[in-house]
Amino acid sequence: MGSVESRQKLVVLKNVKKHYPVTGGLLRRQVGLVKAVDGVSLDIHKGETVGLVGESGCGKSTLGRVILQLEKPTAGSILFSGMDIIALNRAQLRPLRRRMQIIFQDPYASLNPRQTVGRIIGEGLVIHKVGTPAERQERVRHLMEVVGLRPEQINRYPHEFSGGQRQRIGIARALALQPELIVCDEPVSALDVSIQAQVINLLMDLQEQFGLTYLFVSHDLSVVRHISDRVAVMYLGRLVESAAKKTLYEDPLHPYTQALLEAVPFPDPDRKKARKGLTGDLPSPLRPPEGCHFHPRCPKAMDMCRHLVPSLEPYGEGRFVRCFLYHDKAENGS
Amino acid sequence: MSSQASRSLLELSALYGTSGEKPQSPSVEALRRLRKNRTAVAGLFIIVLFLLMALFAPYLAPHNPLEQSLYAKLKPPVWQPGGSWAHVLGTDDFGRDLLSRLIYGARISMVVGVVSVSIALFFGTLAGSVAGFYGGLLDNAIMRFMDLLLAFPSILLAIVIVAFLGPSLQNAMIAIGVVSIPRYARLVRGSVLEEYAKDYVQAARALGASDGRLIFLHILPNCLAPLIVQTTLGFASAILEAAALSFLGLGAQPPTPEWGAMLANGRALILRAWWAVTFPGLMILFSVLGFNLMGDGLRDALDPRLRE
Repeated sequence: MGSVESRQKLVVLKNVKKHYPVTGGLLRRQVGLVKAVDGVSLDIHKGETVGLVGESGCGKSTLGRVILQLEKPTAGSILFSGMDIIALNRAQLRPLRRRMQIIFQDPYASLNPRQTVGRIIGEGLVIHKVGTPAERQERVRHLMEVVGLRPEQINRYPHEFSGGQRQRIGIARALALQPELIVCDEPVSALDVSIQAQVINLLMDLQEQFGLTYLFVSHDLSVVRHISDRVAVMYLGRLVESAAKKTLYEDPLHPYTQALLEAVPFPDPDRKKARKGLTGDLPSPLRPPEGCHFHPRCPKAMDMCRHLVPSLEPYGEGRFVRCFLYHDKAENGS
Repeated sequence: MSSQASRSLLELSALYGTSGEKPQSPSVEALRRLRKNRTAVAGLFIIVLFLLMALFAPYLAPHNPLEQSLYAKLKPPVWQPGGSWAHVLGTDDFGRDLLSRLIYGARISMVVGVVSVSIALFFGTLAGSVAGFYGGLLDNAIMRFMDLLLAFPSILLAIVIVAFLGPSLQNAMIAIGVVSIPRYARLVRGSVLEEYAKDYVQAARALGASDGRLIFLHILPNCLAPLIVQTTLGFASAILEAAALSFLGLGAQPPTPEWGAMLANGRALILRAWWAVTFPGLMILFSVLGFNLMGDGLRDALDPRLRE
């Protein structure tokens, strides 16, 4: 993993938090706080793919949107190639928008139904005043070819395309400004399995071709395994483990990671294995359990897990884990 | 907004309407569904009839609508004993030709519809999109004011405004426009909130789109469907409310041939000259019916839940 360590850091997250106040009652008083992202620190190196996995509602998508400044974080800092982008205002952020883009989950909601494919893909070029209209048109046609669409369909509307094709349109839109970072927010979860592979392979080809860096948000562990270099596991707003893909899949440390991996179906009928899996539901993010958030579902929970919050500690090369089983140091309170 | 919408509809239908293989924009699709909707077609037919009547009033009307004749007072319609072809629908108590007055009345009602709906649409869309897009205190301030306006029955509020400005047709149009602003504001705010949360708007934000670009190119075009329906229905209620204000003497002033005012004038004669009240009443009924049918049909054609 030494090669990854020595590479340039494109994104550095330090203790990023995104809290949503919950208001209620006649006077809209604040009655609660959802800590969607609660102190995430993560580095993303140039040219790598970081998989971000976790159950629905654990805050992984929110983290992706916070990095792109679609949501302003409550606290923490985000460095993008060395620049703290949280402090920037909209005008200052604009040139950076060219360098980071996003691909969304729902290929139906992510395209404006009233615009033609050409306008959707070319919008970034128009906003950033790239080239003449003719040049932009040429670039859009080229992009359509790159993502595997027929350029002569440039004047069609999104509803005339299938889910997989629409996702390709979304990918072309993200590529238009030649970004360095693309946040893929569950880009294949809404697609048929046969189409999923095509889109994943397209994403991997594009990465090679353009030297892209991906933050790949997904709840599908097999997909993440296929595409990622490193994987970070999130639970209720916090990272619980991060490691190189191979290490994490072959030797998961955190009980949550272990449970997640055990839940992955294995296509071998002969392999008989007592499935432990996870019991219980994801606790309400409005009222997360005290101490380690995972303790009510953890098979190895100890007394201290109920009261103390374990910190994310390094464990071997390029690897972090948030569990008392692997370190004795503990910080107090939550 | 309505003129822009209809313009884009026309443009698109002109570009793509005839050929089935060309790209189908959502507007063209909606137009196609609208053609198949009988209710809407019936409504449109009635509306076009009234529009033609309004446009060509000077050519259609057999008499000057304001010309009085003491010799032809309270003449019955042609099919009644004493009626004549000179006054097909009879005359009123000043001897004015009823048919001519009704035809000119269409002009007034159409103008009332266009003016008051335009006022409501413009300010309602502005207030609603600003409130929905920026949220927070601004949203609260705007929408609480709209709630305040909505708290009064609209006709009562219109009466207050007209009483304040002075009774005239022009002030009645302003009053009707103002009292229907909240309807549009609420509608637009709701749609803006709904669209803003969608990923295509977020994608445009990620590309660095300005607020104006987000509102006018992405959000509002996708809020058009309910707005078009509300606008059409708004015409109906504007015509009705204008007639009501005129009936009360707060709108069009005599001798203007306004249907509501004619109704008020004919009310005293109802036992002697039934035609003086019946025909203006029917005109109001059919014009309102036309717009309501059209509005309902549009709702069906544009409803996203009925698509695909």
